[in-house]
Amino acid sequence: MIKTFKKGGVHPPENKISRNAALEQLKPDGIVKIFTSQHIGAPAECIVAKGDQVKVGQLIAEANGFVSANVHSSVSGTVLGIENVADYQGIKKPAICIQVEGDEWEENIDRSPEINRDLSKTSEEILAKITEAGLVGLGGATFPTHVKLTIPKGKTAKAIIINGAECEPYLTSDHRIMLEKGEELLVGVQLLKKAVNVDKAYIGIETNKQDAIDNLTKLSKKYSGIEIVSLKPKYPQGGEKQLIKSITGLEVPDRALPIETGCIVSNICTTFAVYEAVQKNKPLFENSITVTGKNLKVQKNFIVRVGTPLSKLIEAAGGMPQNTGKIISGGPMMGRAISNTDAPTLKGSGAVLFITAAEAKRGTKSNCIRCSKCVVACPIGLQPFLLYKLAELNMLEELKENSVHACIECGCCLYTCPANLPLVDYIRLGKTRAMKLIVKPK
Amino acid sequence: MTKLIISPSPHVHGEFSTKRLMRDVIIALLPALFVSFYFFGFGAVKVVCISIISCVIFEYLIQKFLLKTTPSINDLSAVVTGLILSFNLPSNLPVWLVVTGSLIAIGVGKMVFGGLGSNPFNPALVGRVFLLIARPVEMTTWPLPLTLATPDAVTGATPLAIIKEGLKNGLTIDQIKESADYSFNYLDTLFGQIGGSLGEVSALALLLGFAYMLVRKVITWHIPVAIFLSVAVFSGTLHLLNPDKFIDPVFHLLTGGMILGAVYMATDYVTSPMTHKGMTVYGIGIGLLTITIRTFGSYPEGMSFAILFMNAIVPLINKYMKPKLFGERK
Amino acid sequence: MDSTILITVIMLGVLAATLAVVLYIVAQKFKVVEDERIGETENILPGANCGGCGYTGCHAFAEALVNADDIAAMFCPVGGNATMVKIAEYLNKKVETKDSAIAVVRCAGSCENRSRVNEFDGAVSCAVMAATYSGDTDCSYGCLGRGDCVSVCNFGAIYINGETMLPEVDEDKCTACGACVKACPKLIIELRKKGTKSRRIYVSCVNKDKGAVARKACKTACIGCAACRKACGFESILIENFLAYIDPNKCRLCRKCVEVCPTGSIVELNFPPRKPKVEIQEQKTNNLNSENATN
Repeated sequence: MIKTFKKGGVHPPENKISRNAALEQLKPDGIVKIFTSQHIGAPAECIVAKGDQVKVGQLIAEANGFVSANVHSSVSGTVLGIENVADYQGIKKPAICIQVEGDEWEENIDRSPEINRDLSKTSEEILAKITEAGLVGLGGATFPTHVKLTIPKGKTAKAIIINGAECEPYLTSDHRIMLEKGEELLVGVQLLKKAVNVDKAYIGIETNKQDAIDNLTKLSKKYSGIEIVSLKPKYPQGGEKQLIKSITGLEVPDRALPIETGCIVSNICTTFAVYEAVQKNKPLFENSITVTGKNLKVQKNFIVRVGTPLSKLIEAAGGMPQNTGKIISGGPMMGRAISNTDAPTLKGSGAVLFITAAEAKRGTKSNCIRCSKCVVACPIGLQPFLLYKLAELNMLEELKENSVHACIECGCCLYTCPANLPLVDYIRLGKTRAMKLIVKPK
Repeated sequence: MTKLIISPSPHVHGEFSTKRLMRDVIIALLPALFVSFYFFGFGAVKVVCISIISCVIFEYLIQKFLLKTTPSINDLSAVVTGLILSFNLPSNLPVWLVVTGSLIAIGVGKMVFGGLGSNPFNPALVGRVFLLIARPVEMTTWPLPLTLATPDAVTGATPLAIIKEGLKNGLTIDQIKESADYSFNYLDTLFGQIGGSLGEVSALALLLGFAYMLVRKVITWHIPVAIFLSVAVFSGTLHLLNPDKFIDPVFHLLTGGMILGAVYMATDYVTSPMTHKGMTVYGIGIGLLTITIRTFGSYPEGMSFAILFMNAIVPLINKYMKPKLFGERK
Repeated sequence: MDSTILITVIMLGVLAATLAVVLYIVAQKFKVVEDERIGETENILPGANCGGCGYTGCHAFAEALVNADDIAAMFCPVGGNATMVKIAEYLNKKVETKDSAIAVVRCAGSCENRSRVNEFDGAVSCAVMAATYSGDTDCSYGCLGRGDCVSVCNFGAIYINGETMLPEVDEDKCTACGACVKACPKLIIELRKKGTKSRRIYVSCVNKDKGAVARKACKTACIGCAACRKACGFESILIENFLAYIDPNKCRLCRKCVEVCPTGSIVELNFPPRKPKVEIQEQKTNNLNSENATN
């Protein structure tokens, strides 16, 4: 049976044009710049200094507190220093700059292609490995994985849910991992199950990736307690709450964490990284990135070292298309438009997408005609047209009364709005203001 | 290098635009428009054209010279208002009345509140009801379809008026049906061979447009279906209680402005509720009010009044009928 | 016929009398007793309800003025000293006179000086833009030009210059209520002492990047070169994070700093024109240009 969630959602054209491009390694060279903050939480503390020699996989910045993650060097070479580097959004943050020299890896990393199916490690050992490897959620939120896998007191986990929905248009890196690294992925799932002591895992995959469903269904016969669930394509199925609803039918209560339903959700790439971290001792220093766009010469799915400048990826994919209007990191629904191509990639970068100026430009804003399409499209059951107005007028108390906190910023409302109102722009602003998340610079 | 565009997400937009939605409404109204041309001839063409043109011109003039904003006639909403207004008028209405109705519809119904999106009442209905109250004689002198008209009888009463008149004269429903005035069957109401406002006569053409709007996702089924069901249940109950005084629900559903109102006017975005739950309540309210006015009031038709009345209650419905929050705690 | 008129008159009369009684009872029952001084004080206040005093409106401020023992720290920026003195007389309390202030926009990054490297296509709001991006230029401190300050101003005293895309303050209309200061997500707008004859000197830049980086992003950026500090005879210039700040209380308006600033980021307002300065300025720009050329 094909499942999906009921409330809201939209289905933008899929445009998965890079689905057939096999994963390929992008060789590092030049200078890489690795941010000390690539996750939600406190930035990691740098432990190397200018002039130090580092190897691939060497720890260069240490997690600062529990909600934080280690950062490892993605290349071997000399540390040039710590500089303030502009990220995708042009916001300057400290980054460790390393001149690439050769490609020398830490000795304890297992680089052999054999699949390590050994599942004898205990839960604590697995968690320790994950913490050490600096794993973060690669679905976009970059929340440290070890925090997510640490179950709060008084709660019990019942199942692991692997998010293979990849509901955003264009993105295909999860798809390629499921096709090419299927077995490793399943070992990763078993490790996650063990880490949180559950014996049931679901892998939810949208039916537009039938080959991935077939591949994993075939492979999962060898492993106990893994169920592949076919999902009807619908955005935002990859949202944690929507995915749990689609697969188990349970609703995460308002203002609660998913663990309330006994489910822990992990992304495909993250699960693969768990396998590499635990079985191969390989910290998180490279990730798969889709480079795609209708006007791009070649569609690519790269495995890229963290900190590689975006311009390198663009070059490897045949250069920037002539009429590029916007470059997006991530999918077109929730990704972020990139302001400069010199910015380095992050652990959580999943895609680089080129869209033309004509496609990128928003339509002219006109009056709200109260068509209620945003209300119908909202997967959370909010009233975007109302929140938009309240946020524009800065009415914070009313915003709170209308549950602005629950907004997942999926963008369905703006996607569907016939009047092209910047709904989610203002709702996001109102949400941060109402929840006092904005701190003015001093 | 060209400047890269930056903006918050999302970076793609769906297929909807105000213009497209309005265009689809116009397309959906086309079958009924052709039916009216067929049955009412040049009179219908004249009323429709004048109504649309004057609505668009008034919108343009008011926006440009009174509100001093950029005119937005390109979004076609004035065309829709004009078209729906003309559908609610008899095809022999004098030109000056059509123009006055358009002015009231656009000026009082829409622009005084701030233009598209801010008006509490359906503009076309405001224009129509104004004319109905101000010039009741002209507004209720219905020309007969060309196919029925004879040199002696060019105008006639609508089915609803025939029933009302008959009941007033103390006849039972069966007696009325046997009388000479009652010269049509349900097949005629389906195709539109009855007297009435120029756009409301053919149930079939209007339902065809309804199907088109559903396919194009212009509207959802909630409001029309809620209206039809509440009309069917309420008038059906009355009919079962006393078949002599209350006519059957099929008659109510197929005659007068029922389908035109339920499908095209009650569903006007601006003046209808925002949630499916609210839409259902709103639809049921319209159904009950319409039947109440039709059977117990002095007007033979109550659709316009019912919609306008429920329009007034929409803010209240919106306030109390909020969508259910995902994972809402009881 | 006569009786109809009579009945009508009686009916309406009875109705009017009953309603009058009901209204009177209700008014008595729900009467709010308020210190009459509050109303009087509110009448003295300008009634702009701008919130510049820190209270939600003129009424709330009047209430606070009446209830507070010491009103020295309270100030109505719109009415200014004159209003505060009147209030003090009326309430028999002491006030301190304050220098009248005015909003200044500390950014000179016009389209010409600071090239736009990106095109922002989101909601027209500085707050929205600042929440996701550092801006559409290389300077991550400067004005975003989306006019949040304009939309909060109750007095129409600030507007965006279409040519420079920077906000400009109308000195006659600005009441220094501080609404724009609060609205600006980049903290560019500052309330400064209005100064004698409205003459003011301030650094029109808030860029805290290193000189070279700042200069690359904007031609009129403060590069923290400290030339102004050296030129200043009154120690009124502070330099922190490669950014100069002129203390309005120490500045004697001698204009020496303006002359020495290599990027022209120090702005003088409402001074009489000085003849020789033009030559110096020209020479300096020439020097600067040749310097750039060699670079």
